[in-house]
Amino acid sequence: MAVFRPAVGDRRRKFKSHLMMLVLMAAAVLGSLPFLFITWYVLQKGLGAVNWDFFTQIPKGPGETGGGVANAIIGSGVLIFLASLSGIPWGMGVGIYLSEYSTGRTARILRFAVDLLASVPSIVVGIFVYGLIVVPFGFSAYAGGIALMIIMIPVVARSTEEILRLIPAHIREAGLALGVPRWKVILRIIVPGSRAGILTGVMLAIARVAGETAPLLFTSFGNQFHARGLNQATASLPVQIYTFAKSGFEDWEQQAWAGALVLVLFVLFINLTTRLLMHQRGAKGHAG
Amino acid sequence: MPADNFEREKAIVNLQHEILNVDNLHAWFGDFHAVKGVSLAVQQGQVVALIGPSGCGKSTFIRCINRLHEEVPGARVQGRVTIGGQDIYGRGADPVRIRRYVGMVFQKPNPFPGLSIFENVAVGLKLGGISKRTVLDEQVERALRQAALWEEVKDKLRQPGTSLSGGQQQRLCIARALAVEPPVILMDEPTSALDPISTAKIEDLLHELKKSVTILIVTHNMQQASRVSDKTAFFLLGELIEYGETSQIFTNPARPKTEEYITGRFG
Ligand SMILES: Nc1ncnc2c1ncn2[C@@H]1O[C@H](COP(=O)(O)OP(=O)(O)O)[C@@H](O)[C@H]1O
Ligand SMILES: [Mg+2]
Repeated sequence: MAVFRPAVGDRRRKFKSHLMMLVLMAAAVLGSLPFLFITWYVLQKGLGAVNWDFFTQIPKGPGETGGGVANAIIGSGVLIFLASLSGIPWGMGVGIYLSEYSTGRTARILRFAVDLLASVPSIVVGIFVYGLIVVPFGFSAYAGGIALMIIMIPVVARSTEEILRLIPAHIREAGLALGVPRWKVILRIIVPGSRAGILTGVMLAIARVAGETAPLLFTSFGNQFHARGLNQATASLPVQIYTFAKSGFEDWEQQAWAGALVLVLFVLFINLTTRLLMHQRGAKGHAG
Repeated sequence: MPADNFEREKAIVNLQHEILNVDNLHAWFGDFHAVKGVSLAVQQGQVVALIGPSGCGKSTFIRCINRLHEEVPGARVQGRVTIGGQDIYGRGADPVRIRRYVGMVFQKPNPFPGLSIFENVAVGLKLGGISKRTVLDEQVERALRQAALWEEVKDKLRQPGTSLSGGQQQRLCIARALAVEPPVILMDEPTSALDPISTAKIEDLLHELKKSVTILIVTHNMQQASRVSDKTAFFLLGELIEYGETSQIFTNPARPKTEEYITGRFG
Protein backbone atom coordinates (compact mmCIF):
# COMPACT_ATOMS: atom_id res chain seq x y z
CA MET A 1 0.00 0.00 0.00
CA ALA A 2 1.20 3.46 -0.86
CA VAL A 3 0.81 4.82 2.66
CA PHE A 4 3.61 2.58 3.93
CA ARG A 5 6.15 3.67 1.29
CA PRO A 6 8.82 6.11 2.50
CA ALA A 7 7.66 9.68 2.03
CA VAL A 8 9.86 12.77 1.56
CA GLY A 9 9.85 13.77 5.24
CA ASP A 10 10.76 10.29 6.45
CA ARG A 11 14.38 10.41 5.42
CA ARG A 12 14.98 13.64 7.32
CA ARG A 13 13.25 12.25 10.38
CA LYS A 14 15.46 9.15 10.33
CA PHE A 15 18.56 11.26 9.87
CA LYS A 16 17.65 13.41 12.85
CA SER A 17 17.00 10.36 14.95
CA HIS A 18 20.40 8.88 14.10
CA LEU A 19 22.15 12.17 14.73
CA MET A 20 20.54 12.49 18.13
CA MET A 21 21.64 8.99 19.05
CA LEU A 22 25.23 9.76 18.02
CA VAL A 23 25.28 12.92 20.12
CA LEU A 24 24.01 11.06 23.18
CA MET A 25 26.49 8.25 22.64
CA ALA A 26 29.36 10.72 22.37
CA ALA A 27 28.22 12.37 25.60
CA ALA A 28 28.13 9.01 27.35
CA VAL A 29 31.61 8.04 26.15
CA LEU A 30 33.07 11.46 27.00
CA GLY A 31 31.38 11.32 30.39
CA SER A 32 33.14 8.10 31.32
CA LEU A 33 36.51 9.25 29.97
CA PRO A 34 37.52 11.20 33.11
CA PHE A 35 37.37 8.03 35.16
CA LEU A 36 39.63 6.20 32.71
CA PHE A 37 42.04 9.15 32.63
CA ILE A 38 42.09 9.46 36.40
CA THR A 39 42.80 5.78 36.87
CA TRP A 40 45.47 5.79 34.19
CA TYR A 41 47.12 8.94 35.52
CA VAL A 42 47.08 7.80 39.12
CA LEU A 43 48.46 4.42 38.12
CA GLN A 44 51.27 6.01 36.14
CA LYS A 45 52.22 8.48 38.85
CA GLY A 46 51.65 6.29 41.88
CA LEU A 47 52.64 2.77 40.92
CA GLY A 48 56.33 3.60 41.26
CA ALA A 49 55.96 4.34 44.96
CA VAL A 50 53.91 1.28 45.80
CA ASN A 51 56.15 -1.23 47.55
CA TRP A 52 56.28 -3.26 50.74
CA ASP A 53 57.52 -0.30 52.80
CA PHE A 54 54.67 1.84 51.56
CA PHE A 55 52.20 -0.44 53.35
CA THR A 56 54.28 -1.29 56.42
CA GLN A 57 56.28 1.82 57.37
CA ILE A 58 55.22 5.13 58.82
CA PRO A 59 56.30 8.33 57.02
CA LYS A 60 59.97 9.33 57.13
CA GLY A 61 60.89 12.92 57.89
CA PRO A 62 60.47 15.65 55.28
CA GLY A 63 62.91 15.28 52.42
CA GLU A 64 64.09 11.80 53.45
CA THR A 65 63.47 8.92 51.05
CA GLY A 66 61.49 5.77 51.87
CA GLY A 67 58.88 5.30 54.55
CA GLY A 68 55.21 4.55 54.00
CA VAL A 69 51.68 5.31 55.02
CA ALA A 70 50.86 2.32 57.24
CA ASN A 71 49.58 4.68 59.92
CA ALA A 72 47.16 6.29 57.44
CA ILE A 73 45.88 2.98 56.10
CA ILE A 74 45.27 1.65 59.60
CA GLY A 75 43.82 5.01 60.64
CA SER A 76 41.38 5.00 57.73
CA GLY A 77 40.39 1.47 58.65
CA VAL A 78 39.76 2.49 62.25
CA LEU A 79 37.77 5.59 61.24
CA ILE A 80 35.62 3.63 58.77
CA PHE A 81 35.11 0.93 61.39
CA LEU A 82 34.02 3.45 64.03
CA ALA A 83 31.70 5.16 61.57
CA SER A 84 30.19 1.86 60.40
CA LEU A 85 29.71 0.54 63.91
CA SER A 86 27.10 3.15 64.66
CA GLY A 87 26.27 4.56 61.21
CA ILE A 88 25.13 1.29 59.61
CA PRO A 89 22.63 0.17 62.27
CA TRP A 90 21.47 3.74 62.81
CA GLY A 91 21.00 4.37 59.10
CA MET A 92 19.26 1.02 58.66
CA GLY A 93 16.97 1.84 61.57
CA VAL A 94 16.00 5.14 59.97
CA GLY A 95 15.44 3.43 56.61
CA ILE A 96 13.29 0.72 58.17
CA TYR A 97 11.25 3.30 60.04
CA LEU A 98 10.73 5.38 56.90
CA SER A 99 9.61 2.43 54.82
CA GLU A 100 7.58 0.46 57.36
CA TYR A 101 6.14 2.74 59.98
CA SER A 102 5.88 6.33 58.95
CA THR A 103 2.97 7.47 56.85
CA GLY A 104 1.66 10.77 55.56
CA ARG A 105 3.06 14.04 56.87
CA THR A 106 5.57 12.65 59.37
CA ALA A 107 7.08 10.50 56.65
CA ARG A 108 7.40 13.40 54.23
CA ILE A 109 9.05 15.63 56.82
CA LEU A 110 11.44 12.91 58.00
CA ARG A 111 12.36 11.90 54.46
CA PHE A 112 13.03 15.54 53.63
CA ALA A 113 15.22 15.87 56.72
CA VAL A 114 17.23 12.80 55.74
CA ASP A 115 17.65 14.14 52.20
CA LEU A 116 18.80 17.47 53.58
CA LEU A 117 21.33 15.75 55.81
CA ALA A 118 22.59 13.84 52.78
CA SER A 119 23.18 17.07 50.91
CA VAL A 120 24.93 18.99 53.69
CA PRO A 121 28.48 19.63 52.42
CA SER A 122 30.83 17.28 54.24
CA ILE A 123 33.05 20.15 55.39
CA VAL A 124 30.06 21.53 57.29
CA VAL A 125 29.67 18.19 59.03
CA GLY A 126 33.36 18.49 59.96
CA ILE A 127 32.90 21.96 61.44
CA PHE A 128 29.86 20.78 63.37
CA VAL A 129 31.77 17.89 64.95
CA TYR A 130 34.73 20.21 65.55
CA GLY A 131 32.57 22.54 67.59
CA LEU A 132 30.75 19.76 69.39
CA ILE A 133 33.55 17.31 70.16
CA VAL A 134 36.97 18.54 69.14
CA VAL A 135 36.76 21.86 71.02
CA PRO A 136 36.08 20.20 74.38
CA PHE A 137 38.02 16.92 73.89
CA GLY A 138 40.63 17.56 71.19
CA PHE A 139 41.34 15.78 67.90
CA SER A 140 40.58 12.08 68.01
CA ALA A 141 39.59 9.01 66.01
CA TYR A 142 36.24 9.22 67.79
CA ALA A 143 35.61 12.70 66.37
CA GLY A 144 36.56 11.56 62.86
CA GLY A 145 34.40 8.45 63.19
CA ILE A 146 31.42 10.54 64.27
CA ALA A 147 31.86 12.92 61.33
CA LEU A 148 31.93 9.98 58.90
CA MET A 149 28.97 8.40 60.69
CA ILE A 150 26.88 11.52 60.14
CA ILE A 151 27.70 11.33 56.44
CA MET A 152 26.89 7.63 56.33
CA ILE A 153 23.49 7.67 58.06
CA PRO A 154 21.40 9.30 55.32
CA VAL A 155 23.08 7.25 52.59
CA VAL A 156 22.35 3.96 54.35
CA ALA A 157 18.88 5.15 55.38
CA ARG A 158 17.68 6.05 51.91
CA SER A 159 19.10 2.96 50.23
CA THR A 160 17.59 0.71 52.92
CA GLU A 161 14.24 2.44 52.55
CA GLU A 162 14.25 2.06 48.78
CA ILE A 163 15.15 -1.63 48.93
CA LEU A 164 12.40 -2.37 51.46
CA ARG A 165 9.87 -0.50 49.35
CA LEU A 166 10.44 -3.03 46.57
CA ILE A 167 8.75 -5.65 48.75
CA PRO A 168 5.00 -5.57 48.11
CA ALA A 169 2.50 -5.20 50.95
CA HIS A 170 1.03 -8.68 50.50
CA ILE A 171 4.37 -10.20 51.55
CA ARG A 172 4.11 -8.39 54.88
CA GLU A 173 0.50 -9.58 55.20
CA ALA A 174 1.69 -13.15 54.64
CA GLY A 175 3.97 -12.70 57.63
CA LEU A 176 1.21 -11.26 59.80
CA ALA A 177 -1.09 -14.09 58.75
CA LEU A 178 1.43 -16.57 60.17
CA GLY A 179 0.86 -15.12 63.61
CA VAL A 180 4.08 -13.12 63.68
CA PRO A 181 3.96 -9.63 65.23
CA ARG A 182 4.57 -6.79 62.79
CA TRP A 183 7.97 -5.78 64.18
CA LYS A 184 9.16 -9.38 63.87
CA VAL A 185 7.80 -9.65 60.33
CA ILE A 186 9.93 -6.64 59.43
CA LEU A 187 13.12 -7.44 61.36
CA ARG A 188 13.14 -11.22 60.93
CA ILE A 189 11.50 -11.78 57.52
CA ILE A 190 11.52 -8.64 55.36
CA VAL A 191 14.94 -7.26 56.31
CA PRO A 192 16.83 -10.59 56.16
CA GLY A 193 15.12 -11.29 52.84
CA SER A 194 16.45 -7.99 51.52
CA ARG A 195 19.96 -8.48 52.91
CA ALA A 196 21.68 -8.45 49.52
CA GLY A 197 20.13 -5.12 48.54
CA ILE A 198 20.72 -3.55 51.94
CA LEU A 199 24.32 -4.73 51.96
CA THR A 200 24.82 -3.09 48.58
CA GLY A 201 23.72 0.25 50.01
CA VAL A 202 25.99 -0.23 53.02
CA MET A 203 29.02 -1.01 50.86
CA LEU A 204 28.42 2.03 48.71
CA ALA A 205 28.15 4.16 51.85
CA ILE A 206 31.51 2.78 53.03
CA ALA A 207 33.05 3.56 49.66
CA ARG A 208 31.60 7.04 49.90
CA VAL A 209 33.15 7.89 53.30
CA ALA A 210 36.46 6.15 52.56
CA GLY A 211 37.50 9.08 50.39
CA GLU A 212 36.17 11.91 52.56
CA THR A 213 38.90 14.39 53.44
CA ALA A 214 37.28 17.66 54.47
CA PRO A 215 35.41 16.44 57.57
CA LEU A 216 38.54 14.65 58.83
CA LEU A 217 40.80 17.70 58.59
CA PHE A 218 39.45 19.12 61.82
CA THR A 219 38.22 16.02 63.57
CA SER A 220 40.72 13.17 63.40
CA PHE A 221 43.24 15.72 62.06
CA GLY A 222 46.32 13.72 61.08
CA ASN A 223 49.31 12.02 62.61
CA GLN A 224 52.76 11.22 61.24
CA PHE A 225 52.92 8.23 63.60
CA HIS A 226 50.58 5.43 64.64
CA ALA A 227 47.90 6.80 66.94
CA ARG A 228 48.29 5.50 70.47
CA GLY A 229 44.58 5.37 71.15
CA LEU A 230 41.16 6.22 69.81
CA ASN A 231 41.28 9.51 71.73
CA GLN A 232 44.37 10.62 69.77
CA ALA A 233 44.72 12.52 66.52
CA THR A 234 44.71 9.81 63.85
CA ALA A 235 46.12 9.64 60.35
CA SER A 236 43.87 8.77 57.44
CA LEU A 237 44.63 8.07 53.81
CA PRO A 238 42.81 11.08 52.33
CA VAL A 239 44.34 13.54 54.81
CA GLN A 240 47.76 11.95 54.36
CA ILE A 241 47.42 12.39 50.61
CA TYR A 242 46.46 16.01 51.14
CA THR A 243 49.42 16.64 53.44
CA PHE A 244 51.95 14.91 51.19
CA ALA A 245 50.65 16.44 47.99
CA LYS A 246 51.12 20.03 49.14
CA SER A 247 54.45 19.36 50.92
CA GLY A 248 56.71 20.20 47.99
CA PHE A 249 58.96 17.17 48.67
CA GLU A 250 59.23 14.92 45.66
CA ASP A 251 59.23 11.67 47.63
CA TRP A 252 56.11 12.63 49.56
CA GLU A 253 54.38 13.77 46.39
CA GLN A 254 55.06 10.39 44.86
CA GLN A 255 53.61 8.72 47.95
CA ALA A 256 50.56 10.96 47.67
CA TRP A 257 49.97 9.52 44.21
CA ALA A 258 50.45 6.02 45.53
CA GLY A 259 47.96 6.75 48.31
CA ALA A 260 45.48 8.02 45.73
CA LEU A 261 46.01 4.82 43.79
CA VAL A 262 45.23 2.71 46.87
CA LEU A 263 42.09 4.76 47.50
CA VAL A 264 40.87 4.46 43.91
CA LEU A 265 41.50 0.72 43.93
CA PHE A 266 39.67 0.32 47.26
CA VAL A 267 36.60 2.15 45.99
CA LEU A 268 36.74 0.26 42.70
CA PHE A 269 37.02 -3.02 44.61
CA ILE A 270 33.95 -2.22 46.73
CA ASN A 271 31.93 -1.24 43.69
CA LEU A 272 32.91 -4.35 41.78
CA THR A 273 32.16 -6.64 44.73
CA THR A 274 28.78 -4.96 45.07
CA ARG A 275 28.10 -5.48 41.39
CA LEU A 276 29.02 -9.12 41.66
CA LEU A 277 26.77 -9.53 44.67
CA MET A 278 23.85 -7.87 42.91
CA HIS A 279 24.41 -10.05 39.90
CA GLN A 280 24.41 -13.23 41.96
CA ARG A 281 21.40 -12.28 44.00
CA GLY A 282 19.29 -11.03 41.12
CA ALA A 283 19.06 -7.49 39.90
CA LYS A 284 16.43 -6.39 42.41
CA GLY A 285 18.79 -7.11 45.23
CA HIS A 286 16.32 -9.14 47.23
CA ALA A 287 15.57 -12.04 44.95
CA GLY A 288 18.41 -14.21 46.25
CA MET B 1 -31.88 -40.56 79.95
CA PRO B 2 -34.57 -37.88 79.66
CA ALA B 3 -35.13 -36.63 76.15
CA ASP B 4 -34.22 -32.96 76.75
CA ASN B 5 -31.03 -34.01 78.50
CA PHE B 6 -30.12 -36.05 75.46
CA GLU B 7 -30.80 -33.06 73.25
CA ARG B 8 -28.51 -30.94 75.37
CA GLU B 9 -25.68 -33.50 75.18
CA LYS B 10 -26.08 -33.64 71.45
CA ALA B 11 -25.91 -29.86 71.27
CA ILE B 12 -22.66 -29.87 73.23
CA VAL B 13 -21.15 -32.52 70.98
CA ASN B 14 -22.26 -30.55 67.95
CA LEU B 15 -20.71 -27.43 69.39
CA GLN B 16 -17.42 -29.23 69.78
CA HIS B 17 -17.49 -30.17 66.15
CA GLU B 18 -18.47 -26.67 65.19
CA ILE B 19 -15.06 -25.09 64.83
CA LEU B 20 -16.05 -21.71 63.46
CA ASN B 21 -19.09 -19.63 64.21
CA VAL B 22 -19.71 -16.20 62.73
CA ASP B 23 -22.57 -14.18 64.09
CA ASN B 24 -23.84 -10.99 62.47
CA LEU B 25 -20.45 -9.87 61.15
CA HIS B 26 -20.07 -6.39 59.65
CA ALA B 27 -16.91 -4.93 58.11
CA TRP B 28 -16.09 -1.46 56.81
CA PHE B 29 -13.35 0.28 54.88
CA GLY B 30 -13.75 3.81 56.22
CA ASP B 31 -17.37 4.61 55.41
CA PHE B 32 -17.74 1.81 52.92
CA HIS B 33 -19.80 -1.08 54.29
CA ALA B 34 -18.19 -4.15 52.70
CA VAL B 35 -19.64 -7.01 54.76
CA LYS B 36 -23.21 -6.67 55.99
CA GLY B 37 -24.37 -8.89 58.81
CA VAL B 38 -23.03 -12.29 57.79
CA SER B 39 -23.72 -15.32 60.00
CA LEU B 40 -22.53 -18.84 59.34
CA ALA B 41 -21.20 -21.90 61.15
CA VAL B 42 -18.57 -24.33 59.93
CA GLN B 43 -18.07 -27.89 61.16
CA GLN B 44 -14.64 -29.31 61.80
CA GLY B 45 -13.02 -30.99 58.80
CA GLN B 46 -15.25 -29.41 56.21
CA VAL B 47 -14.31 -27.47 53.13
CA VAL B 48 -16.49 -24.41 52.67
CA ALA B 49 -16.44 -22.61 49.34
CA LEU B 50 -17.23 -18.91 49.21
CA ILE B 51 -18.55 -17.81 45.85
CA GLY B 52 -19.97 -14.60 44.45
CA PRO B 53 -19.14 -11.88 41.95
CA SER B 54 -16.01 -9.74 42.29
CA GLY B 55 -16.13 -7.06 44.94
CA CYS B 56 -18.94 -8.62 46.95
CA GLY B 57 -16.86 -8.90 50.11
CA LYS B 58 -15.57 -12.49 50.07
CA SER B 59 -11.95 -11.51 50.73
CA THR B 60 -12.98 -8.97 53.32
CA PHE B 61 -15.09 -11.62 55.05
CA ILE B 62 -12.33 -14.20 55.36
CA ARG B 63 -9.84 -11.53 56.41
CA CYS B 64 -12.10 -10.87 59.39
CA ILE B 65 -11.63 -14.47 60.49
CA ASN B 66 -7.89 -14.09 61.09
CA ARG B 67 -8.23 -10.43 62.06
CA LEU B 68 -6.17 -9.32 59.07
CA HIS B 69 -8.89 -6.90 57.97
CA GLU B 70 -8.08 -4.51 60.81
CA GLU B 71 -4.49 -4.12 59.51
CA VAL B 72 -5.87 -1.99 56.67
CA PRO B 73 -5.86 1.69 57.71
CA GLY B 74 -9.41 2.88 58.43
CA ALA B 75 -10.87 -0.63 58.49
CA ARG B 76 -13.42 -1.64 61.14
CA VAL B 77 -15.20 -4.83 62.22
CA GLN B 78 -18.31 -5.51 64.25
CA GLY B 79 -19.90 -8.81 65.28
CA ARG B 80 -18.98 -12.06 66.91
CA VAL B 81 -16.60 -14.69 65.57
CA THR B 82 -15.72 -17.77 67.61
CA ILE B 83 -13.10 -20.36 66.81
CA GLY B 84 -13.33 -23.51 68.90
CA GLY B 85 -15.81 -21.65 71.08
CA GLN B 86 -13.48 -18.72 71.80
CA ASP B 87 -14.49 -15.23 70.80
CA ILE B 88 -11.65 -13.86 68.66
CA TYR B 89 -12.96 -10.30 68.93
CA GLY B 90 -13.50 -10.64 72.66
CA ARG B 91 -11.84 -8.41 75.21
CA GLY B 92 -8.14 -9.19 75.46
CA ALA B 93 -8.07 -11.49 72.42
CA ASP B 94 -4.68 -11.10 70.74
CA PRO B 95 -4.72 -11.01 66.93
CA VAL B 96 -1.17 -12.39 66.77
CA ARG B 97 -2.15 -15.50 68.75
CA ILE B 98 -5.38 -15.92 66.78
CA ARG B 99 -3.49 -15.98 63.51
CA ARG B 100 -1.52 -19.02 64.65
CA TYR B 101 -4.83 -20.89 64.73
CA VAL B 102 -6.04 -19.58 61.38
CA GLY B 103 -3.62 -19.94 58.49
CA MET B 104 -3.99 -18.08 55.22
CA VAL B 105 -3.11 -18.67 51.59
CA PHE B 106 -3.31 -15.67 49.29
CA GLN B 107 -4.44 -15.19 45.72
CA LYS B 108 -0.94 -14.44 44.45
CA PRO B 109 1.73 -16.91 45.51
CA ASN B 110 3.85 -14.87 47.93
CA PRO B 111 6.83 -16.77 49.30
CA PHE B 112 9.12 -14.56 51.35
CA PRO B 113 11.75 -13.13 49.01
CA GLY B 114 15.34 -13.83 49.94
CA LEU B 115 14.44 -16.86 52.04
CA SER B 116 15.14 -20.42 50.95
CA ILE B 117 12.44 -23.04 50.44
CA PHE B 118 13.28 -24.50 53.85
CA GLU B 119 13.30 -21.12 55.59
CA ASN B 120 9.98 -20.17 54.01
CA VAL B 121 8.31 -23.18 55.60
CA ALA B 122 10.26 -23.03 58.87
CA VAL B 123 9.88 -19.32 59.52
CA GLY B 124 6.51 -19.51 61.29
CA LEU B 125 7.84 -22.16 63.67
CA LYS B 126 11.14 -20.38 64.24
CA LEU B 127 9.54 -17.06 65.04
CA GLY B 128 7.05 -18.93 67.21
CA GLY B 129 9.98 -19.98 69.38
CA ILE B 130 10.96 -23.41 68.04
CA SER B 131 14.70 -23.59 67.45
CA LYS B 132 15.52 -27.30 67.70
CA ARG B 133 16.96 -28.34 64.37
CA THR B 134 15.48 -31.86 64.42
CA VAL B 135 11.99 -30.57 65.18
CA LEU B 136 12.24 -27.97 62.42
CA ASP B 137 13.50 -30.54 59.89
CA GLU B 138 10.70 -32.89 60.81
CA GLN B 139 7.93 -30.28 60.69
CA VAL B 140 9.16 -28.77 57.44
CA GLU B 141 9.18 -32.19 55.79
CA ARG B 142 5.72 -32.98 57.12
CA ALA B 143 4.30 -29.65 55.90
CA LEU B 144 5.92 -30.03 52.48
CA ARG B 145 4.58 -33.58 52.16
CA GLN B 146 1.11 -32.41 53.20
CA ALA B 147 1.33 -29.72 50.53
CA ALA B 148 2.38 -32.37 47.97
CA LEU B 149 5.61 -30.54 47.28
CA TRP B 150 8.21 -32.62 49.14
CA GLU B 151 9.22 -34.86 46.24
CA GLU B 152 9.78 -31.87 43.98
CA VAL B 153 11.92 -29.82 46.38
CA LYS B 154 13.60 -32.26 48.77
CA ASP B 155 16.92 -31.94 46.93
CA LYS B 156 16.91 -28.16 46.74
CA LEU B 157 15.67 -26.94 50.09
CA ARG B 158 18.44 -24.32 50.18
CA GLN B 159 17.34 -22.66 46.97
CA PRO B 160 15.27 -19.49 47.12
CA GLY B 161 11.51 -20.01 47.39
CA THR B 162 11.06 -17.54 44.57
CA SER B 163 12.97 -19.83 42.19
CA LEU B 164 10.03 -22.26 42.03
CA SER B 165 7.26 -22.18 39.41
CA GLY B 166 4.01 -20.37 40.22
CA GLY B 167 2.16 -23.56 41.10
CA GLN B 168 5.02 -24.80 43.26
CA GLN B 169 5.24 -21.41 44.97
CA GLN B 170 1.57 -21.63 45.87
CA ARG B 171 2.05 -25.11 47.33
CA LEU B 172 5.05 -23.71 49.21
CA CYS B 173 2.75 -21.07 50.66
CA ILE B 174 0.31 -23.80 51.65
CA ALA B 175 3.17 -25.68 53.34
CA ARG B 176 4.21 -22.46 55.09
CA ALA B 177 0.70 -22.11 56.49
CA LEU B 178 0.49 -25.82 57.43
CA ALA B 179 3.83 -25.84 59.23
CA VAL B 180 2.39 -24.19 62.34
CA GLU B 181 -0.51 -26.71 62.32
CA PRO B 182 -3.47 -24.34 62.35
CA PRO B 183 -6.87 -26.04 62.76
CA VAL B 184 -8.38 -23.64 60.21
CA ILE B 185 -6.96 -22.41 56.88
CA LEU B 186 -8.36 -19.58 54.78
CA MET B 187 -7.65 -19.61 51.06
CA ASP B 188 -8.40 -16.57 48.94
CA GLU B 189 -8.68 -17.71 45.33
CA PRO B 190 -5.53 -19.82 45.71
CA THR B 191 -5.60 -21.13 42.15
CA SER B 192 -6.77 -18.11 40.20
CA ALA B 193 -3.20 -17.22 39.19
CA LEU B 194 -2.29 -20.80 38.26
CA ASP B 195 -2.42 -23.04 35.20
CA PRO B 196 -4.93 -25.95 35.06
CA ILE B 197 -2.40 -28.63 36.04
CA SER B 198 -1.22 -26.75 39.11
CA THR B 199 -4.85 -26.03 39.94
CA ALA B 200 -5.72 -29.72 39.78
CA LYS B 201 -2.79 -30.54 42.09
CA ILE B 202 -4.02 -28.09 44.67
CA GLU B 203 -7.60 -29.35 44.42
CA ASP B 204 -6.38 -32.94 45.01
CA LEU B 205 -4.43 -31.68 47.96
CA LEU B 206 -7.54 -30.17 49.54
CA HIS B 207 -9.17 -33.61 49.70
CA GLU B 208 -6.25 -34.87 51.76
CA LEU B 209 -5.97 -31.78 53.91
CA LYS B 210 -9.58 -31.75 55.07
CA LYS B 211 -8.84 -34.82 57.19
CA SER B 212 -6.88 -32.60 59.54
CA VAL B 213 -7.78 -29.01 58.70
CA THR B 214 -10.97 -27.03 58.24
CA ILE B 215 -10.78 -24.98 55.05
CA LEU B 216 -12.56 -21.87 53.84
CA ILE B 217 -11.82 -21.29 50.19
CA VAL B 218 -12.86 -18.32 48.08
CA THR B 219 -13.19 -19.24 44.44
CA HIS B 220 -14.38 -17.72 41.22
CA ASN B 221 -14.64 -21.08 39.61
CA MET B 222 -18.01 -22.83 40.03
CA GLN B 223 -16.61 -26.22 39.02
CA GLN B 224 -13.91 -25.84 41.60
CA ALA B 225 -16.44 -24.99 44.28
CA SER B 226 -18.55 -28.03 43.43
CA ARG B 227 -15.51 -30.32 43.20
CA VAL B 228 -13.77 -29.42 46.44
CA SER B 229 -16.34 -28.22 48.93
CA ASP B 230 -18.84 -29.75 51.32
CA LYS B 231 -20.69 -26.51 51.83
CA THR B 232 -21.02 -23.39 49.74
CA ALA B 233 -21.72 -19.81 50.76
CA PHE B 234 -22.99 -17.40 48.12
CA PHE B 235 -22.17 -13.72 48.70
CA LEU B 236 -23.68 -10.76 46.92
CA LEU B 237 -22.97 -7.08 47.61
CA GLY B 238 -21.62 -7.79 51.07
CA GLU B 239 -24.47 -10.04 52.13
CA LEU B 240 -24.60 -13.80 52.56
CA ILE B 241 -27.47 -14.78 50.25
CA GLU B 242 -27.41 -18.52 50.73
CA TYR B 243 -25.40 -21.07 52.68
CA GLY B 244 -25.89 -24.81 52.48
CA GLU B 245 -24.69 -28.19 51.28
CA THR B 246 -22.74 -27.76 48.05
CA SER B 247 -24.76 -30.50 46.32
CA GLN B 248 -27.97 -28.71 47.18
CA ILE B 249 -26.71 -25.20 46.26
CA PHE B 250 -25.61 -26.36 42.83
CA THR B 251 -28.61 -28.52 42.00
CA ASN B 252 -31.45 -26.96 43.87
CA PRO B 253 -30.65 -23.50 45.23
CA ALA B 254 -33.26 -21.98 47.53
CA ARG B 255 -32.80 -18.40 46.36
CA PRO B 256 -33.38 -17.17 42.81
CA LYS B 257 -30.26 -14.93 42.99
CA THR B 258 -28.10 -17.97 43.73
CA GLU B 259 -29.52 -19.84 40.78
CA GLU B 260 -28.96 -16.86 38.50
CA TYR B 261 -25.33 -16.64 39.59
CA ILE B 262 -24.42 -20.31 39.34
CA THR B 263 -26.05 -20.65 35.97
CA GLY B 264 -23.93 -17.74 34.83
CA ARG B 265 -26.62 -15.17 34.26
CA PHE B 266 -24.56 -12.49 36.01
CA GLY B 267 -21.23 -12.06 37.74
N1 LIG C 1 -8.39 -1.56 50.95
C1 LIG C 1 -9.64 -1.22 50.58
N2 LIG C 1 -10.09 0.03 50.76
C2 LIG C 1 -11.35 0.39 50.40
N3 LIG C 1 -12.24 -0.45 49.84
C3 LIG C 1 -11.85 -1.72 49.62
C4 LIG C 1 -10.53 -2.18 49.99
N4 LIG C 1 -10.43 -3.48 49.67
C5 LIG C 1 -11.63 -3.82 49.13
N5 LIG C 1 -12.48 -2.78 49.10
C6 LIG C 1 -13.86 -2.78 48.61
O1 LIG C 1 -14.61 -3.68 49.39
C7 LIG C 1 -15.48 -4.43 48.58
C8 LIG C 1 -15.26 -5.90 48.83
O2 LIG C 1 -13.99 -6.25 48.37
P1 LIG C 1 -13.43 -7.73 48.45
O3 LIG C 1 -13.72 -8.26 49.79
O4 LIG C 1 -12.02 -7.70 48.02
O5 LIG C 1 -14.33 -8.48 47.37
P2 LIG C 1 -14.14 -9.91 46.71
O6 LIG C 1 -13.04 -10.61 47.40
O7 LIG C 1 -15.47 -10.57 46.89
O8 LIG C 1 -13.86 -9.70 45.26
C9 LIG C 1 -15.21 -4.02 47.14
O9 LIG C 1 -16.23 -3.14 46.74
C10 LIG C 1 -13.90 -3.31 47.19
O10 LIG C 1 -13.87 -2.26 46.26
MG1 LIG D 1 -11.17 -11.19 46.59
